[in-house]
Amino acid sequence: MLDIANLHARVGDREILQGIDLKVGTGEVHAIMGPNGSGKSTLAGVLAGRTEYLVTEGSATFDGRDLLAMAPEERAREGLFLAFQYPVELPGVNNAYFLKAALNAVRRHRGEPELDAMDFMAMVRERMKLLDIDPAMLNRPVNEGFSGGEKKRNEIFQMAVLEPRLAILDETDSGLDIDALKIVASGVNALRSPVRSTIVVTHYQRLLTYIVPDYVHVLSEGRIVKSGGKDLALELEEKGYGWIEQEEGLGLKA
Amino acid sequence: MPVTDVNSYVTEFERFDEAHGASSPSWLRAMRQKAMTRFTALGFPTTRQEEWRFTNVAPIAERVFRLSVDGGEGLRKEHLKPYRFATSDVLEIVFVNGRFAPQLSAVDDLPAGVSVRHLAGVLSHDPGRVAAHLARHADFENQPFAALNTAFLSDGAFIEIAPNAVIGPPVHIIFVSVSAGEVSHPRVLVLAGRNSQVRLVESYVGLSLSRTATFTNAVTEIVLDDGAVVDHCRVQRETAADAFHISTTQLRLAHSSAFTSHAFTFGGAIVRNDVNVLLAGEGGDCTLNGLYLADGSRLVDTHTFIDHARAHCGSHELYKGILDGRARAVFNGKILVRPDAQKTDAKQTNKTLLLSDDAQINTKPQLEIFANDVKCTHGATVGQLSADALFYVQSRGIDRRAAIQMLIRAFAADITGRVKIDPLREHLDRVLLEALAIGGEADPADAGSHDGHGETEVRT
Repeated sequence: MLDIANLHARVGDREILQGIDLKVGTGEVHAIMGPNGSGKSTLAGVLAGRTEYLVTEGSATFDGRDLLAMAPEERAREGLFLAFQYPVELPGVNNAYFLKAALNAVRRHRGEPELDAMDFMAMVRERMKLLDIDPAMLNRPVNEGFSGGEKKRNEIFQMAVLEPRLAILDETDSGLDIDALKIVASGVNALRSPVRSTIVVTHYQRLLTYIVPDYVHVLSEGRIVKSGGKDLALELEEKGYGWIEQEEGLGLKA
Repeated sequence: MPVTDVNSYVTEFERFDEAHGASSPSWLRAMRQKAMTRFTALGFPTTRQEEWRFTNVAPIAERVFRLSVDGGEGLRKEHLKPYRFATSDVLEIVFVNGRFAPQLSAVDDLPAGVSVRHLAGVLSHDPGRVAAHLARHADFENQPFAALNTAFLSDGAFIEIAPNAVIGPPVHIIFVSVSAGEVSHPRVLVLAGRNSQVRLVESYVGLSLSRTATFTNAVTEIVLDDGAVVDHCRVQRETAADAFHISTTQLRLAHSSAFTSHAFTFGGAIVRNDVNVLLAGEGGDCTLNGLYLADGSRLVDTHTFIDHARAHCGSHELYKGILDGRARAVFNGKILVRPDAQKTDAKQTNKTLLLSDDAQINTKPQLEIFANDVKCTHGATVGQLSADALFYVQSRGIDRRAAIQMLIRAFAADITGRVKIDPLREHLDRVLLEALAIGGEADPADAGSHDGHGETEVRT
């Protein structure tokens, strides 16, 4: 589904991604781990189309199409979803209104009929139960006044409504207590299917106990330096990122 | 002060006084004459005066505006349709170029407790009703535009609410300006009796098709007796690029009365709105909300003055502006807390959204606090649309232009959302949507090197 080849990207004059190669097949869950500053969030941002990153070399295709040539809204309509590390507050933009507009934009693009208010609410109610979201939240402005945990849950709630084909979770676990983590994970797992893929960007192994990856990749200084199965995450947890440094003979920042 | 600018007005006044003076109550004639004397002495304000530092009214002063004579005989009710927010359950009184237009108004079936009349009629048959308050509140001694309006005072709206009356339907006063090259002086006097409740809407509409400039110089005085509750909305829609609109809204609040005003300014070449509130009785509460839009090379200036003359009064101001093109806005919020005005609670906020690099706002709070047990806060923010917010919306599948519109509307909805008259709020949302669609196309971010923008065309 996603094919990244030799991707280089910089912000300002700092080279962050220095040659990422990654293939994500349909139905797979990939975890991207790495120390702070390794480029994890940059990778997520580049895939979603953040304008502060400039791709200097390489390519990324989504179902064979040039992902990097698409505007952020196009990528979303094609089925890419980024769960933000720091979800943005939108004062004055009603949650329900926002979600319905987004969902209908995606549906229009797919040639599906738009949902009216009633059908939308019916569909949404189900998802809210799954993620233990207070119905009152629907009438509040997007993310405004939400706690960190509530914001992260709202990201996964949006994901559950938009049903993307490729979900990129950018440090979704940071700032969550164990209960919130479990709820978020169950939301993600509920969407897991042979036709969907997920990239979980995380610093810690904890989330991966609940969202079990098929593949784990370690990012260091803008490059994937090691890949493996889910046990790699456990090894990392035990031995620390410094261990990779020794293994690969690299100068890793811990 | 360049006295030459006032000459045409002096000549016009002499003619006006000759025509109307003898048939007016003597106190009114004397007041008009005094007002004209003051206007001549003051002249048009210049940018050397602090209150007009950022607002140059030379384009108004340099032109000769004839006193309007057209009573709008050619107008039909259909022409007003875009400006009316309800067709039933509303009391409408319409003025064309400042003159009462009975054929366009609907004030025959009034509920008990409220009278909605035109000043010319009242001054002719029943001047005693207004003698105590008409022109007694808006300062025509020191304010040239109020003086000019008062000098030519002949017609306008007079709304009187009886004590304890709670008026159901809102009262909608529509001032239509149809003539080019002319000045009209809309006038409103509202007397809200003890413990009465009323909702008022003032609309200023420009229907002039000609490209010649128009000048509307309005004065509204609203007097609240003890315990009165007035909800007021002011909509300025003289949006022609050459419309000049100057207004003075003067409030006097007695003991425990409450006044809420929502002011919407949708354009004009130069718009200056002064809102002055005197909290003359303990326990008074005043809320001033406003939203102003300006693009092109328009100028919108809002000056508010809240005088906390008594203790235990509250004032809350929230003014928001959306500026595009090379538009300029001015916000000046003055708050005076007199020595005995203990337990004053005053809050003032001004927020501006700049959609272009050349739009500009001058915003200034002016607090003079002489009491020592008070709460006074003020704040101002000026900024562009958040790039993070824009990206977040786009990342959910909403195209950039729609995302910009969504965020701008959210910014404005903070103010329209506070209007309690439902059909009016919905009407304003529609008007706003239209106004923003025209002005809001400017992409606030730098072109930069980001991947495409806008539509869904696939590039492979």
